[in-house]
Amino acid sequence: MVETEYYVALSALLFAIGAVGVLTRRSAILVFLSVELMLNAANLALVAYSRQWSAAGQAVAMSGQSAVFIILAVAAAEVAVGLGILVAIFRQRASTDVDALSEVRY
Amino acid sequence: MPDPSLSTSLFSNPIGWAALAPLVALLGSLVNGLFGARLREPLPGMIGSAAVGVAFLLSLAAFVALLASSESSFSLELWPYLSAGELQLSLGFVIDRLSVLLMLVITGVGFLIHLYSVGYMHADDGFSRYFSALNLFVAAMLVLVMADSYLLMFVGWEGVGVCSYLLIGFWYAHRPNADAARKAFIVNRIGDVGFLLAMFLIYRTFGTLEIAAVNDAAGTLVYGSSVLTIIGLLFLLAAAGKSAQLPLQVWLPDAMAGPTPVSALIHAATMVTAGVYLVARSAPLFAQAPDASATVAWVGGLTALVAAFAALGQTDIKKILAYSTISQLGFMFAAAGAGAYSAAVFHLFTHAFFKALLFLGAGSAIHALGGEQDVRKMGGLGRLMPITGFTALIGTLAIAGVPLLSGFFSKDAVVAGVYTSEWLRDYGGVALYLVLLLTAVMTAFYMFRWYYLVFAGRPRYGKESAGGVHESPATMTTPLLVLALFSVAAGYLGLPAFAFPHWLNGWLAPVIAAEVPFLHPSPAVEWLLVGLSILAAAVGLGTGYWVYHLRSGRSLQRLGNGPLGNLSRDGGGFDALYRNIFVTPAAGTAGGLSAVDRDLIDRGMSGAAGVTGLFARASTGLQSGFVRIYAMTMLLGVLALVMVVLLRVLLGGAL
Repeated sequence: MVETEYYVALSALLFAIGAVGVLTRRSAILVFLSVELMLNAANLALVAYSRQWSAAGQAVAMSGQSAVFIILAVAAAEVAVGLGILVAIFRQRASTDVDALSEVRY
Repeated sequence: MPDPSLSTSLFSNPIGWAALAPLVALLGSLVNGLFGARLREPLPGMIGSAAVGVAFLLSLAAFVALLASSESSFSLELWPYLSAGELQLSLGFVIDRLSVLLMLVITGVGFLIHLYSVGYMHADDGFSRYFSALNLFVAAMLVLVMADSYLLMFVGWEGVGVCSYLLIGFWYAHRPNADAARKAFIVNRIGDVGFLLAMFLIYRTFGTLEIAAVNDAAGTLVYGSSVLTIIGLLFLLAAAGKSAQLPLQVWLPDAMAGPTPVSALIHAATMVTAGVYLVARSAPLFAQAPDASATVAWVGGLTALVAAFAALGQTDIKKILAYSTISQLGFMFAAAGAGAYSAAVFHLFTHAFFKALLFLGAGSAIHALGGEQDVRKMGGLGRLMPITGFTALIGTLAIAGVPLLSGFFSKDAVVAGVYTSEWLRDYGGVALYLVLLLTAVMTAFYMFRWYYLVFAGRPRYGKESAGGVHESPATMTTPLLVLALFSVAAGYLGLPAFAFPHWLNGWLAPVIAAEVPFLHPSPAVEWLLVGLSILAAAVGLGTGYWVYHLRSGRSLQRLGNGPLGNLSRDGGGFDALYRNIFVTPAAGTAGGLSAVDRDLIDRGMSGAAGVTGLFARASTGLQSGFVRIYAMTMLLGVLALVMVVLLRVLLGGAL
C-alpha cells in the first residue's frame, strides 16, 4: 500500500500549482482551471486520509468520502454559474482578461 | 344604592337602540370627513345636522321608554375588550336616568347648534371639516356619558378633548388660534393625568373599573378613608381640567378663538360639564369621602367668585360669556361637593340651554357686525336684530337668576344645597354660601353689562358697518327661539324642593342615591334663602342699570383703570403667574438642554462619525477591483493563519 504521505505531498503540490495559476493567469478560463485544480487537490487529500482511517478501522473514514462528494457537487454548480457569467462577459467585451474587469470598486 | 341594572340586548327595546346614537354621529363625522370636500355647501351641514337629529330621536326614545319603565337603569354589554388573567375589561353602555338626561342635552342642544352652524359657517372654506369635527365631538361626548366603566368614559373624555382642540384651532392659519388650541389641550392633559391615576388607584383598590361596581364597593369602605379621599381628589383634578376649575381654568377664555357655535356647544353646554357629570356619576364614592367633597365644593365656590370677578372687566363679547361659564361651572361643583348632586345636574341642565342661547346670540351679533367682538364697539343691536335681542335678554335674565326663569330655580337649588349640607358645615358651609351669594350678585351685574353694551344703548360701531347690520337668517334664529323657550321652561323640572314638587330630584334619586345628610330648616328659613337669591339678582341687575343706563358707565371708569380693573381684565392674573412659574423655567431648562444636546451630544456624535469616516477613506484603497490582488490577499491571509496554527503546534500550545 502506498503511504499516505505521498498522496498528501502530491495534493499539496497540486494545490500550490493551482494557487500560482490563480494568481498569475489573466485569462478567466485558466483562472477557473486553476481553481478546479485546487479543489481537486483538496479532494485528493481528503480521500487519502479517508483511506488511512478506514485501514485503521475507524468509522470517521466515511466523512472524508462524503466531504469529497459535497465538494464535487459544489464545484460542478460553481462551474456552471461561473462559465455562465463568463459567457455573458465575453459577449459584452470580446475578452476574458480578469485585469480588465476592475470596474467594481469603491 | 342604584337598582340592580337590567341587562338589555341591542334592539330588544328602544333603550337598546340608544346605543346606536354615538354610532350615528360617528358615521356623520366619517361621511363628512372623507367625502365632505366633494359635496356642495349646504350638504355637509345637512348630513351633520341629520346625524345629530337621529341621535336625538334615539335618545328621546330611550328617555320615553325609561319614563314608562319601572326600572331606572339599563346596562348594555357591547363586547369584551381585554382579557388577561384576572384583568377582565369589557365595554358597555349604561343608560339610566342620569345618562339619558345628558344624552338629551348633548344631542338636543347639539342639533340646534348644528342647525345654527349651517348659517353661521356659510361660505367658510372648512365647511365640511367643521361638521365632521362637530359630529365627532357629539359621538365622543355620548360615549363619555353612556360609558359603564371609567375606562370607556376615559375614551370619550379624551375624544372630546381632541375635538375641542380641533375646533378651537379651526381657523389654524391664524397663530393665536393655534396657540389657544394647544393651550387647551395641554391644560386638559394635566387633568387627564388625574383621571388616569384615579383609574389605577380604583383598579388597585376595587379590582374593577365598572362604575356601578365601584360605587357599590365604595360603600363598604370606611367612611372618609384616605384611599377614597385620594381617589376623590384625583377625580377633582381631572374634573377641574375638563370643566375649567381653579387652578386649571386658564384654557377656557382662550378657547373662544374657535367659531362661536363651537363655544356654545363645547365650551358652554356640554364638554365642560363632563367634570360635573364625573362627580355626579361617582356620587356614592364622593359621599364616602367628605374631605374630597368639601375640596370640590370650595374649589367650585372660589372658581365661581374669581371667574365672576374676571368677567367684570372683559371687553370681548365672548370672553365675558366664557368667564361666566367658568363661574357657573363653579356653582355646579359647589353643589356636587355639598352632596346636592341632583342640584348640580339640574344647574348643568338649565345652564346648557341659557348659555348656549347666550353664545348663539353673541354669534349672531358678531355675524351681523362682520366679525367685531369688542363690546365697546357695539350697542343698540336689539332694535336692528329683534329676535336675537329678545332671546339674548331672556338668556341674560335666566342666568342672572330672575324669578320664574330656569336659572333662578337651578341656582336656588344649588345655593340652598350648599347652605343645608350637613357635612359642609364642618368645612365652612355658611361662608361658601355667602361666597356663592356674592357671586350671584356679580353674575347679575356683569350679565346686565353684557346685554346693555351689546344690545341696548346707542350704537358705537363704525358707520361703515351700520348699513350692514341685519337680523340673521332663519337657520340661526330658529335655534335661538327654541333655546329661549327651554331657558324659560327647563326650570320647572325642579321647583324649590321644600314647598313644591321637585320632579328632577325624584327622577334622579334612584341613580345617584348617595347617603348624604342634609339639614332641614324651617320653611321660613327656606323662604328666606329664596328671598336672598331674588335679592342677589335684583341688586346685581339694579347696580348694572344704575351704572350703565343712568350714569353711562362713568362711575366705573376710574375703578376700571386702577389695579383692580387690570386684575379683572387679566382674568385674575393666572396666565402671568403660570408663565412665571412654569413656562419661563421650562423654557430656560429647554434652552439649557438644547445647548447640551447641540454642543455636547451632537458634537460628540459628529466627532465619532468623522473618525469612522477617516478610517473608511483610508481603507477604500484596498478595494482596487483587481481580482488577482484579492486572491493574493486571501492567500496571504490563509498562509498567516496556517503559520499561527503551525507555530502553536510546534511550540506546544505556548501561544
